[in-house]
Amino acid sequence: MLAYIARRLVAMVIMMFLISIASFVIIQLPPGDFLTTYVASQEQGSSVSIQQIEFLKQKYGLDQPFYVQYWRWISGIVFNGDFGYSFNWDKPVSELIWGQLGFTLLLSVATLLFAWAVSFPIGVYSAVKQYSIGDYIVSFIGFIGLAIPNFLLALVLMYIGFKYFGQSVGGLFSPEYRDAPFSLGKLWDLFKHLWVPIIVIGTAQTAELIRIMRANLLDELNKPYVTTARAKGMSEIRLIFKYPIRIALNPFVSTVGWVLPNLVSGAVIVSVVLNLPTVGPLLLNSLQSQDMYLAGAFILLLSVLTLVGTIVSDILLALLDPRIKLE
Amino acid sequence: MQTEAQLADRPDAGATEPEMADDVIVDVRNLRTYFPTRTHVVKAVDDVSLQLRRGRTTCVVGESGSGKSITARSILQVVDAPGRIEGGSVRLRTAPRDGREAEVVTLTDLHPRSRAIREIRGRDISMIFQEPMSSLSPVHTIGAQIIETIRLHEDVSKAEARLRAIELLRRCEIRDPEAAIDSYTFEFSGGMRQRAMIAMALSCNPQVLIADEPTTALDVTTQAEILDLMRELQSSYGMAMMFITHDMGVVAEIADDVVVMFRGKVVERGEVREIFANPKHPYTRRLLDSVIKLESRSELKPPEAEIVEAQAPTILSVRDVGIHFPGKTGFMGKQFAGVRAVSNVSFDLKKGESLGIVGESGSGKTTLGRAIASVRPPTAGSIVYSGAGAPVDLAGLTGPALANYRRQVRMIFQDPYGSLNPRMTVGQIVAEPLKMNKVATGKALQERVADLLEQVGLPPAVMERYPHAFSGGQRQRIGIARAIALDPQVVICDEATSALDVSIRSQVLDLLIELQERLDLSFVFIAHDIGVVRYFCDRIAVMRKGEIVELGPASTVCDAPTHPYTKALLSAVPTPDPTQRSMHLRARYDDSAE
Repeated sequence: MLAYIARRLVAMVIMMFLISIASFVIIQLPPGDFLTTYVASQEQGSSVSIQQIEFLKQKYGLDQPFYVQYWRWISGIVFNGDFGYSFNWDKPVSELIWGQLGFTLLLSVATLLFAWAVSFPIGVYSAVKQYSIGDYIVSFIGFIGLAIPNFLLALVLMYIGFKYFGQSVGGLFSPEYRDAPFSLGKLWDLFKHLWVPIIVIGTAQTAELIRIMRANLLDELNKPYVTTARAKGMSEIRLIFKYPIRIALNPFVSTVGWVLPNLVSGAVIVSVVLNLPTVGPLLLNSLQSQDMYLAGAFILLLSVLTLVGTIVSDILLALLDPRIKLE
Repeated sequence: MQTEAQLADRPDAGATEPEMADDVIVDVRNLRTYFPTRTHVVKAVDDVSLQLRRGRTTCVVGESGSGKSITARSILQVVDAPGRIEGGSVRLRTAPRDGREAEVVTLTDLHPRSRAIREIRGRDISMIFQEPMSSLSPVHTIGAQIIETIRLHEDVSKAEARLRAIELLRRCEIRDPEAAIDSYTFEFSGGMRQRAMIAMALSCNPQVLIADEPTTALDVTTQAEILDLMRELQSSYGMAMMFITHDMGVVAEIADDVVVMFRGKVVERGEVREIFANPKHPYTRRLLDSVIKLESRSELKPPEAEIVEAQAPTILSVRDVGIHFPGKTGFMGKQFAGVRAVSNVSFDLKKGESLGIVGESGSGKTTLGRAIASVRPPTAGSIVYSGAGAPVDLAGLTGPALANYRRQVRMIFQDPYGSLNPRMTVGQIVAEPLKMNKVATGKALQERVADLLEQVGLPPAVMERYPHAFSGGQRQRIGIARAIALDPQVVICDEATSALDVSIRSQVLDLLIELQERLDLSFVFIAHDIGVVRYFCDRIAVMRKGEIVELGPASTVCDAPTHPYTKALLSAVPTPDPTQRSMHLRARYDDSAE
């Protein structure tokens, strides 16, 4: 097991290196760099100090060859935690990203837990009681959940929240807490707001997981080892949890790996509609304005988090199913 | 023994059950287990009565669909949905245990999920199944599964249960049980898995062991070992054993009593020697005949010597063929060993001859067959084909020449279910090779397909139907029609009859013999079943670990083998004669001798 984890970790480091190069290439791809955009946009206005531009050029080596720029960028990140400077916001990138990234992570994990908590019992129920009325009802609801576009659900929930609960549901905080320091009241406010995006983003995932759980468990329920367990004298509930569910759980665990990319790429519209401070909108914005270090930091960190998620799910899978280690 | 009249007017379960004789542990009476489907009710078990007696082995024998498995599952009420017990009774005489007297429990009165029946499952009656791989959980260790069974029924500590599990594994002749207990099923061979399964079944000293085709998925030499073990365990534990099988050879080897089932009903029962010597029911007779028929060369074939000694030209010359699956170096330098599936195999196939290739699983026989069919090129050696025109080396063939070779060398596959596309009609399936090779179109195509179907004994009207409407034997006929559609010279049969019931098996073989005569075919016949090969083939090659260890005329290889492995293989095959139980005298082939 340890060897397996070690192997995966080494693989991850190599992968990260490749990803960092890819991220850097991506942010370098558009013609020109931020400074050209910046200078162009400032020209009509007053003073872009030549010195400032020169200083930035020097500092980030924008006139240097590609590999030098890459090295300055990545060494800054690795050794000093310096992600560069956001020209757009006129702030160091590291000041900008952690908050956004934190919320994104919080929202992803909360959504995943929500999806698991709801889909696991329902999936198991609808497999064990296949073709019962209950199975038909949850399958019906599940398909509706799959079919409704997220942003529509977001709008509907916002309307309901506002009309019947008198709550402003956009964002993650009420206006009075938005810039307040951290307190219990702020935390409670966060919880009050969090449920809407969780439901909006989680519904489709939940519906999907229900179907996956149901289909997998149905396959496993007819396997001979289930009959063996029954013939041993185990009680039905215990044997279902111990044998088929454990094997049917694999795809569940795999979802850990792809929850993050899903949230960044898939939930941008929801974030815009709900005014969520997640990285999706900010990333989009930074790419449009060629704010290269901000964009680069996001791409890099998201990739790293995705890798970490994948590793976590791989380790969980290996624990669940010893056959995986063999490969 | 109850008279039929007494059995018939049995009142509803309970009250006035007839007494069970002292040595009867399980008494099944008029059991009916039905499977309701949308349109009708399948009577899988229809009025079956049988007794299991202490210290005796009762073989329940029948072909697929006879209801033998469902009968066994009904005893423990572990029938899969939608099956349910509709009537009759199953009674068990429990052993005195935990201070309780022995008593007679009517199992059919218990709810299938009740605690009462769960206490009986795995403790009084335990069961082992056909597929040792899939019948054990792949994600739990062997030990965990055995310990669980012990602790389900007895109040012992984990450590104590573990010691008992190790002892059980040792009892079932698993090497190094202290290490084996923490292994997973995928780390075991088939035979070892079945031993582990048996160890689990014996963990609570059951009175009754129900074995559902426990050796069917195993090689014959492994089967012989498992049968030895089961027989020995049965006498030392004094259990009653219910042994379900379709193999009359196994019945002859292990049974005390025999129950013959056919379409959900018991058609004959009796003491094993009586059944074999004096079968009364026509079905039993047919079953025995088809087994005994496979004990010798087919009468439809010309004498072996005539073919073996004939100076027929060689149609396929296989020289020093080796097939090596290269090892892989995985990511981060993890090594995957390569496999030498076939090495140094040479033989000649003469025109009009049937060459059998026999071997156990992993011997490389299928890989060799695929190389000849040009599915996977050999990594060494040559295959030279001299069918029509000049001899050609398979390795040099490309494009139209290769297509031409594939037209002349066809294959018939093992699984008559998996090898026919369920979305195509029979007509389309048989016509496909003709269309692909642009042999015929339109009306000519239709006529050709009809003709082919007639040749394999199917009415042309079946063209419009889909494969699911046919039985295994009929499907295999469809597969044969497809194989001969292009007038091939050589046909490779890869276990073509092993998925079929024994009575169907000889019919399909007879069809192949008839086609061979008519179309002047040469066969490479790959099989693990000695009987089938002896019946069908003129010469036999015995393969082991990728090499041919013996090659000669069928009669010589089967009756006077020279290689010790062939001897071991042949003597492990159970003979369908209960008066000549010889398996315990079998020759064993010691691996380490090499």
